[in-house]
Amino acid sequence: MSILIEKLILYFEYPFVRYALIVGILIALCSSLLGVTLVLKRFSFIGDGLSHVAFGAMAIATVMKLSNHMLLILPVTVICAILLLRTGQNAKIKGDAAVAMISVGALALGYLLMNIFSASANLAGDVCSTLFGSTSILTLTKTEVWLCVALSVVVIAVFLLFYHKIFAVTFDEDFAKATGTKADQYNLLIAVIIAIIIVLAMNLVGSLLISALVIFPALSAMRLFKNFKSVIFCSAILSVFCAVLGILTSILAGTPVGSTIVAVDIAAFAICSLIGGIWGGVKG
Amino acid sequence: MAQLTCNNLTIGYDGKTVLKGLNFSVNSGDYLCIVGENGSGKSTLMKTILHLLAPLEGSVIIENKQHSGGIGYLPQQTVVQKDFPASVLEIVISGCLNRCGLRPYYSREEKQLSRENMEKMGISHLSKRCYRELSGGQQQRVLLARALCAAGKMLLLDEPVSGLDPKATAEMYELIQKLNEEGITIIMISHDIGTAVNYASHILHMGNPYFFGTKDEYLDSSIGKAFSTQDGGSKA
Ligand SMILES: Nc1ncnc2c1ncn2[C@@H]1O[C@H](COP(=O)(O)OP(=O)(O)OP(=O)(O)O)[C@@H](O)[C@H]1O
Ligand SMILES: [Mg+2]
Repeated sequence: MSILIEKLILYFEYPFVRYALIVGILIALCSSLLGVTLVLKRFSFIGDGLSHVAFGAMAIATVMKLSNHMLLILPVTVICAILLLRTGQNAKIKGDAAVAMISVGALALGYLLMNIFSASANLAGDVCSTLFGSTSILTLTKTEVWLCVALSVVVIAVFLLFYHKIFAVTFDEDFAKATGTKADQYNLLIAVIIAIIIVLAMNLVGSLLISALVIFPALSAMRLFKNFKSVIFCSAILSVFCAVLGILTSILAGTPVGSTIVAVDIAAFAICSLIGGIWGGVKG
Repeated sequence: MAQLTCNNLTIGYDGKTVLKGLNFSVNSGDYLCIVGENGSGKSTLMKTILHLLAPLEGSVIIENKQHSGGIGYLPQQTVVQKDFPASVLEIVISGCLNRCGLRPYYSREEKQLSRENMEKMGISHLSKRCYRELSGGQQQRVLLARALCAAGKMLLLDEPVSGLDPKATAEMYELIQKLNEEGITIIMISHDIGTAVNYASHILHMGNPYFFGTKDEYLDSSIGKAFSTQDGGSKA
């Protein structure tokens, strides 16, 4: 045990490890806050689609050799989020088909672009790390860390300021609209925030695993608690805890960061389901 | 003063007309009961009044929307996902949202108001319970308490007593009448023609042709006579 702790302390001498932990905690927090709304509004498929769009944008950014990839990925993903929300509301075009089209299209084009233009010798490795985020969190620059911190603060602030509105729009959109809440605006806000979170989370777990980060803590918390506030609290705590545990494990054991975090999330979900089952069984 | 006016209103979904050429107006303090067969467009009309659906033709005008202090609404069906985690209190107080504006939290008055409305509906003891684990009637009361929180000057109710037991039904009608006496305009959909005639000041009978007028005019009209002798109409 003491050897492990010594090893950890040694690692924490390196700034990139500290950065990774800070960014990891923030991303886990943001994604879990919105995760509950996403799951309940049946928006989780949009999250999945957007993560593929983010991958496509990342490929373009790589090909264009942009110094800061986020500057391209963020606006593209936000715009797609807005477009997907629009088509989702339009009853004539099937929302999920549109999402599938955009997401698979972005994935294919992204890979194609990287394949044609990439100068890198290790193409498969590049693609793999964008999809599964194997190393990107450990190679964050200081600017990226600050950008991450700033965006996370924005997401958390928006969530706290609009918490009650987000609840109302999630629970019963028609009632919220009928009584004068501008539900469409809040849907838009939620979509934009989701896009931001996805772009952030791409650094941590890579674009294929983002949905796991968003959905698992929410589902786990919903096994245990039956009111909105407790579910949000629980999923936030759970998500941060799993992220820290996952990052530390991956540093010590040398496993890929993203999949380790997701593995911890899955374990937490299993435990929560078990506890929820026993609790529910005892109570009635 | 007319609080709500419908001018040559055509309602329907996606260009498919349900009812054409509705003209009526509701004054502040009125108690309008909307009756009609299943599928005659009662719920559609209510959604159009609330701007949840766009009118296919014509217009719905609500006077002084800003000063009317909000509209309360009880939907006929609330599609809440089976696993939605929400406590009764959280749902009831969400009716106060239109009083908050941009303020991010509920004030003490709003919390008090939601407590009072839960008291009125007899669900105070359930306030911490999970909504989806309540019985249908209890859920209906929760949504009614929420509607009451939102109602400033106008309350729209789509079959408010469906799922309530007879005692609760009677209490519900009493409560609605009391609210009406306090000056809140009531627009209620009901299949219970007897009650409609008892409490309402005006009746809107959906159908082709539709009927709109005061209760007495309705009872004298041929459509009203035919419908009200059918032993309460089609009570769904
Ligand atoms: N979402 C929808 N999309 C398309 N058509 C609809 C939709 N909802 C209802 N309709 C149609 O509109 C018509 C009027 O429906 P509405 O729900 O207004 O009836 P209602 O008078 O409220 O009936 P009930 O007494 O059963 O509540 C019906 O013919 C119905 O088939
Ligand atoms: Mg109806």
